[in-house]
Amino acid sequence: MTDATFTGESPKRHGSLTASDVRTKRRNASEKRFRIYGLAAIGAGLFFLVVLLSAIISNGIGAFQQTFIQVPVYLDPATLDKNGNRDPADLAKVSTFGYTPLIQTGLYQLVRDAGIETDYEDAGDMKALISASAAAKVRDWTLAHPDRIGDTVEFEILASSRVDGYLKGRVTRESIAEDRNIDAGHLDLTDALRESGALHKSFNAEFIFGSDASESRAEQAGLGVSMLGSFFMMLVVLFLALPIGVAASIYLEEFASQNKFTDFIEVNISNLAAVPSIVFGILGLAAFIQFAHLPQSAPIVGGLVLTLMTLPTIIISTRASLKAVPPSIRDAALGVGASKMQAVFHHVLPLAMPGILTGTIIGLAQALGETAPLLLIGMVGYIATNYPDGLVSGFMSPNSAMPAQIYEWAKRADPAYYERAWGGIIILLVFLLIMNVIAIVLRRKFERRW
Amino acid sequence: MDATNAKGNIPMYDAPMRKAAVDVNENKISAKDVQVYYGETHAIKDVSVDILDKTVTAFIGPSGCGKSTFLRCLNRMNDTIDICRVEGLIALDGEDIYDKRVDPVQLRAKVGMVFQKPNPFPKSIYDNVAYGPRIHGLARNKAELDEIVERALRRGAIWNEVKDRLDSPGTGLSGGQQQRLCIARAVATEPEVLLMDEPCSALDPIATAQVEELIDELRENYSVVIVTHSMQQAARVSQKTAFFHLGNLVEYGETSQIFTNPVDPRTESYITGRIG
Repeated sequence: MTDATFTGESPKRHGSLTASDVRTKRRNASEKRFRIYGLAAIGAGLFFLVVLLSAIISNGIGAFQQTFIQVPVYLDPATLDKNGNRDPADLAKVSTFGYTPLIQTGLYQLVRDAGIETDYEDAGDMKALISASAAAKVRDWTLAHPDRIGDTVEFEILASSRVDGYLKGRVTRESIAEDRNIDAGHLDLTDALRESGALHKSFNAEFIFGSDASESRAEQAGLGVSMLGSFFMMLVVLFLALPIGVAASIYLEEFASQNKFTDFIEVNISNLAAVPSIVFGILGLAAFIQFAHLPQSAPIVGGLVLTLMTLPTIIISTRASLKAVPPSIRDAALGVGASKMQAVFHHVLPLAMPGILTGTIIGLAQALGETAPLLLIGMVGYIATNYPDGLVSGFMSPNSAMPAQIYEWAKRADPAYYERAWGGIIILLVFLLIMNVIAIVLRRKFERRW
Repeated sequence: MDATNAKGNIPMYDAPMRKAAVDVNENKISAKDVQVYYGETHAIKDVSVDILDKTVTAFIGPSGCGKSTFLRCLNRMNDTIDICRVEGLIALDGEDIYDKRVDPVQLRAKVGMVFQKPNPFPKSIYDNVAYGPRIHGLARNKAELDEIVERALRRGAIWNEVKDRLDSPGTGLSGGQQQRLCIARAVATEPEVLLMDEPCSALDPIATAQVEELIDELRENYSVVIVTHSMQQAARVSQKTAFFHLGNLVEYGETSQIFTNPVDPRTESYITGRIG
């Protein structure tokens, strides 16, 4: 028996539908407030994103352009090939010191020919305009083309970072008052050369593909070699972390029985994901360099450390996506007599694939941007390497990585490096963007509904 | 009902259980003193039951009474649950299915299962049905496999609806079609027993009627065990009915007898709608 049949007078609770009561008004107001909070939060986020991006782009875009001077250099046989027989061994004996005066003379000649008035009497006084890297460039070219000795060849030579900074507005006549590397006369000369067309700013592929340079040659430094370092590290991470991580999570999620031991492992994996990356760095230093005697500063060690760091991320995301596969699919497979292994590999894994790939790529992207562990295994600092000769040297010879290189540039004294650090950030962000796009595309491609 | 009646009347069960005096040849699965524990919970208590060949046996009872749990013991699907423990004897054709030497994979090829929610694989209709025969190596070539798939789909009473779109995804079918596809998938491996765990609970009345009709046809070849919440369905499709309550098998007997003349007062209360 219920009281549904109770017929006593019940108070009239509802008024007209067209007039909203106090309670409804209050509820609507609170919903509206909540929407405004949400919009405000998103707006603030967007604002900071715009500020960040515009700061990065405005500071870093300059790094992709560099100032060059077209200098005709007379490859004087008297200094370059005293014996006159064009013997490569003899030519190689002439160091960059032999080339420097030729370039300076070329520049002096250029200034003279353009009819520019200057107080500088001596060719050597103009060396502040040219990058110290110029001699090496001319020497490399000459050794490759010994038959051109005796000719006057026009070289596109990097201007020094001060001149470059002057064109980009970083260096001004006021700011060089205390500068011993350059004086106002050089800036006058720069202006005059620019008007004559010999000095110009253009796209600098060397910044993307080149190698790092010493502290005093900011204009020469590039990200290319450390990009390769990052690439080899990512190879190590991909080929170790993906199979180990996926296998571990399949085992833990599908095969391992639930007991104290697996619970313990589970808790520890979650904890590892939260361990500061520098801790992994010191672990790598102890385990891979001091104990296993792998070479210092090598991408293989960096890759191993980043693998340790990425594994928890991959395991957690893989387990989450395995868990998200409906149990009915496992039941269905087991019900027709598939073994556990067949059920997992034929049905569960394909369905979990989009999540696994997304997790892996996000883990890789994280590893790509990681700097702290690299500090401890010696991948930060001026590492005077050129391109690795092959796969082995790519893994084993000292190198840096993109974020470590950016960090290194940011702490150097020359303000020209400041601009390069921002430029490096742009390149790093482009890579991260590409990886995220790949993650999205793969997820779309593999996604199946059930 | 014909199959059992022909051999003479089977004495009804009353609690506590005693072994059914059925013809031994007709016995497909016999369970004796089965206990199931989920951790500390005693989910199935002392259940003994004989399931006959070429018969539809219905398990009825209120939610949580253990009928699905018991059903899943019959093809060892409970193995997948870590904390589940089964005691007692369950024999298929006289062989203990919980024997250490028994591979559950082989058992499940003999004892197929259809689940509550239609669960086709997210693959084509053809691949759904062909999966079982493929992993069990039932077909030597493509032509044989095609034949098996067609036969299974015909037995699942869905061939005419899907024969022109075997390559389209099984998940794109309607609920009733999906469930019949799952039945076709289950019979494709040529099982001897078909377990059905509330196969119609997610279906509308028309699809339910189709599946029930199908179950009746399947009886010719298989021993079918069906768990159902609908007493009308049990009455319509089964020849034998077992009533479970709180983990006990309260009563087991001819469906007509259970529904018209139950022995146990609890059975009577349930089928008349007073408990449950």
